[in-house]
Amino acid sequence: MKLNRRKFIGTTAAASALLAAPMAIGSGHGRAKVVVIGGGAGGATAARYIAKDSNGEIDVTLVEPTRTYYTCFFSNLYIGGFREIDSIAHSYGTLASEYGVNVIHDWAISVDRDAKTVTLAGGSALSYDKLILSPGIDFVDGAVPGWDLNSQNAMPHAYKAGSQTELLKAQIEAMPEGGTFAMVAPPNPFRCPPGPYERVSMVAHRLRDINPTAKIIVADPKEKFSKMALFQEGWADNYSGMIDWIGADFGGGNVEVDPHAMTVSIDGEVTSVDACNVIPAMKAGRIAEMAGVTDGNWAPVNANDMSSKMDENVYVLGDATSQGDMPKSGFSANSQAKVCANSVRGALTGSSVFPARYSNTCWSLIDTDNGVKVGATYEATEEKIAKVDGFISATGESVDLRAATYRESVGWYDGITADMFG
Amino acid sequence: MRRIFLTTLLSLGFASQVTAEAGGNAERGEALFRQCAGCHQVGEGAEHRIGPSLNGVFDRSAGAAEGFRYSNAMERTATGGLVWTYESLDTFIENPRNLVSGTRMSFRGIANQKDRDDLLAYLRLFSASPANIPEAAPTAKGLDHDFDPEILAISGDPAYGEYLSNECTTCHLLSGNDNGIPSITNWPVEDFVIALHAYKNAKRLHPVMQMMAGRLSNEEIAALAAYFKSLDQ
Repeated sequence: MKLNRRKFIGTTAAASALLAAPMAIGSGHGRAKVVVIGGGAGGATAARYIAKDSNGEIDVTLVEPTRTYYTCFFSNLYIGGFREIDSIAHSYGTLASEYGVNVIHDWAISVDRDAKTVTLAGGSALSYDKLILSPGIDFVDGAVPGWDLNSQNAMPHAYKAGSQTELLKAQIEAMPEGGTFAMVAPPNPFRCPPGPYERVSMVAHRLRDINPTAKIIVADPKEKFSKMALFQEGWADNYSGMIDWIGADFGGGNVEVDPHAMTVSIDGEVTSVDACNVIPAMKAGRIAEMAGVTDGNWAPVNANDMSSKMDENVYVLGDATSQGDMPKSGFSANSQAKVCANSVRGALTGSSVFPARYSNTCWSLIDTDNGVKVGATYEATEEKIAKVDGFISATGESVDLRAATYRESVGWYDGITADMFG
Repeated sequence: MRRIFLTTLLSLGFASQVTAEAGGNAERGEALFRQCAGCHQVGEGAEHRIGPSLNGVFDRSAGAAEGFRYSNAMERTATGGLVWTYESLDTFIENPRNLVSGTRMSFRGIANQKDRDDLLAYLRLFSASPANIPEAAPTAKGLDHDFDPEILAISGDPAYGEYLSNECTTCHLLSGNDNGIPSITNWPVEDFVIALHAYKNAKRLHPVMQMMAGRLSNEEIAALAAYFKSLDQ
């Protein structure tokens, strides 16, 4: 159903005299309420843009469990020794103090879409006119036989950045001389398509410095992966003989792990490992499922404004969505958040709503000063978010260009984190 | 397109005329070079002055004259892979800001195609690898680089520009930080518009910017310029 502002206003006004009616109708009695769940690249950006651009006309509440947010993007560079963990840590102080976002550090545990309320683990309930879900990913139970969340200390996923990332780095650095690191890579679709392979590069970079006879095994259920030619060229040039990538053709998808024995079985062959990174199959962050806006593992959304296909008052952003051609990346989530913010603001205050336009670029680091990138622009069609145009770095690029690409990625990190957190 | 243009001329029997013009008149070019000589030297014993020596400029990578200290803007452009060919020099001389925003080369440019042809014919005498220089019709011949004044005259909608600028701020910091990704704040509107059109028309090489600008209409570029201008006030 298309959003109809008149009807929306009528419904909310009738529902409760106390509930904020949009300023657009000049009531002046209260402010429209937006609740955002999840403070990552999608949620933080949406909260900031709605608060920033609505001139106080919209009451924005951001629900995010952690006080310190570690970006997944660039967390691989921490593993490689290119960044300190503190350099990928961000707080929500500026969103609260500069933009007036009401930041609540708590878990959202349920959504009542009829009553339009969100219940928090702490017990309180938040009412909303528009709800934005940006919960990121959770893992599919039983995706990797032998592994569950109880094993995440023995075999970290490190696919939500923070303590998991620190743990994985520590385990890699503690490997015995000539030891073995294994990665179990995820099936499509998953967060950050080049992420596992950038991580392999960063682990190799670190091990080349401290443990040059160590081995890296990657068990992959896919036959190909993002920036494959670029990574494989980079691995051959920089980490020759260190990395053994086992794709689907060679049984890379037939994997079982034993976190107690620290073994990995690939296509029936059991290997003892000294550190193991298990990245299981993914699904939308659980609150999306609890809100009833998922279909299968992901939350389908309308391409024109990121609204849920299940509920016009609920929007879903980023990795949790099924939207079409965009990869699950922080850049994508940030891009989607701005389209969503424009639409939500228009619905609640009558501000201009412009046509959706989306874009994405993903930089990856292969070795020191050796950056590559892939990107595309997208448009909304009736059916999905559809790719318009794209590019990818070429193999055999000059050293200077690769160094410039890396510097560019550092500049982008500063840009997107400022765009998210203010 | 260019090929078609030349083919058409040739088939119409203008071949000799095209070739004659394409070579340019180096003698006339020498006279035209006087406006460059305040900053650049060329020929035997030429040295770097305010600008780099122009000996061997054809087929040289931008920003690569040994011993010359370039602006950050030129260095950044150079890293993007710009090489001085007939076509890129022609674009640059027509208006340096076409290719390099913030270049120290403060030169208003040469609008007249014939003047540019003659000047380049003169400069070509001082480049050592003639194999890389088009002897016959240069590829840029007949292309109109002149910036349509109507495009510059479009007045953009700053509200739409603000929305469009959301795509810029994922990478470009409005604070003016210039680390790795250039600052786009406090830019003269005209430079901004010229630069985006240069990306859109693939005169500038950066793939992300070509992609981003590639789908911006003239009105959208004007809207962005209007928005960024409104930030200064």
